[in-house]
Amino acid sequence: MKQTKQSSPGRLPIMDAGAVHRALRRIAHEIVERDPDLRSIVLVGIPSRGVEIARRIAEFIGASEKIDIDTGIVDVAMHRDDVGQRPELPVVRASKLPLPLEGRTLIIVDDVLFTGRTVRAAMDAISSFGRPARIQLAALIDRGHRELPIRADYVGKNLPTASREQIQVRLENIDHELDAVWLLKPEEK
Amino acid sequence: MSAARTSTTTSLAEVPSAAAMRWNRKDLLGLRELSADEINFILETTDAFKQVGTREIKKVPALRGKTLVNFFIEPSTRTRTSFELAAFRLSADVINISVSTSSLTKGETLKDTARNLEALHADILVLRHSSAGAPQFLAQRLKASVINAGDGAHEHPTQALLDLYTIREKRGKIPGLHVVIVGDILFSRVARSNIFGLTKLGARVTLVGPSTLVPREFEKLGVAISHNIDNVLPSADVVNLLRIQHERQRKEYFPGIGEYTQLFGLTKERAKLLKPDCLIMHPGPINRGVEIDSEVADGLQSVILDQVTNGLAVRMAVLYLCGGIATP
Repeated sequence: MKQTKQSSPGRLPIMDAGAVHRALRRIAHEIVERDPDLRSIVLVGIPSRGVEIARRIAEFIGASEKIDIDTGIVDVAMHRDDVGQRPELPVVRASKLPLPLEGRTLIIVDDVLFTGRTVRAAMDAISSFGRPARIQLAALIDRGHRELPIRADYVGKNLPTASREQIQVRLENIDHELDAVWLLKPEEK
Repeated sequence: MSAARTSTTTSLAEVPSAAAMRWNRKDLLGLRELSADEINFILETTDAFKQVGTREIKKVPALRGKTLVNFFIEPSTRTRTSFELAAFRLSADVINISVSTSSLTKGETLKDTARNLEALHADILVLRHSSAGAPQFLAQRLKASVINAGDGAHEHPTQALLDLYTIREKRGKIPGLHVVIVGDILFSRVARSNIFGLTKLGARVTLVGPSTLVPREFEKLGVAISHNIDNVLPSADVVNLLRIQHERQRKEYFPGIGEYTQLFGLTKERAKLLKPDCLIMHPGPINRGVEIDSEVADGLQSVILDQVTNGLAVRMAVLYLCGGIATP
């Protein structure tokens, strides 16, 4: 495993591996508390870090409640509203959802909640597979700056940011470095 | 319902890592100009679009607000319909123009017609033309994306891509496979695009047919040539039978239908030479009893209808990639 990168004036640590672990475990507990019918829950990750986060939350719930939580993947690339406006296209992947969705509680899981446009695209994609009983939203970081009327039901950490700043989430299974969340400041000009 | 729930639980381990490739072409003119990475990228993108066909609502908004013009200066129902349905599933608007309704008969040049289409703000032009190079000509002059749906005897890239996708889907991989293409190679844009695609992805290709239709020059493309189908079939992993194009055949090239079937047709008896897992492919429409026996075309080894299904997904991927990038 690579060394965790050091912080610098432009790269500030927000969460370390322990903090990420505790935040996801807390989200798992909140889900259990709020949704009595755990069998109806599907944790639906948005690629690629949302998928890993969904897997970890499912693991936490599975460990404490002795139940296998269904998980899925929802691809948002072909449901985005900015196709043709971006110089490079997002990579499209197949969605994987446990069908049918009717009667189930889908919890969309992403690493960073920002404008809300990705979540809108995810809801749009999900509705083409069926009609779940309800859709909720979980995010490791909520950084504000919403452009749509969307809010998260489960949040790991609220982090007020400037829109020019970036949030960098690193997860061991995806990025091959220690779990961490960083705030990237734009370079001063 | 609970039983269905547990059996369909998804596996997260299969999520691919973010592809390093970036697609930056507005046009798809042929496979000759594409790299192996680009071809694989289209095939991977196709996986995602194939899955759209299994959803309750088989439509995504990816190309909403875009206008696609199907411009066919040569008759074709299946390719045009496949592109049309692909565009519908991506929420694009579609106009079909075929030779009988176009002004070409009135003397308008290809460039004028295309410019007129562009003045209508067409974003994607799908072109079928009898002249090789027509799509390149337009792609260089138009802002719109140009997709080659077959130009003369030059290339038919989406047909080759759907063939590659079907092989990859059924056999799990392409490198190392022995693919045999049988028939009218000389006049076949399908064969040409397949040769470029298959050799780039590491398959071994053998062309089979009468020497008039399978000239030695093709060896320069890195393929083997045979005029005896019975020698080749036992080692084949895929047999792709091309349609005998009656409308293009002239006497000097062609031995006659009966003789062709006898020498090169995939008859029931000849199919016994094949390995049990060899795939039988055909771009359609099939001349039953000419290049392939009915029983073989409908048999267990035939993937001809999978090709049709995959053609739709491949065309969705191509339209999405070429039509979805920002044009300068």
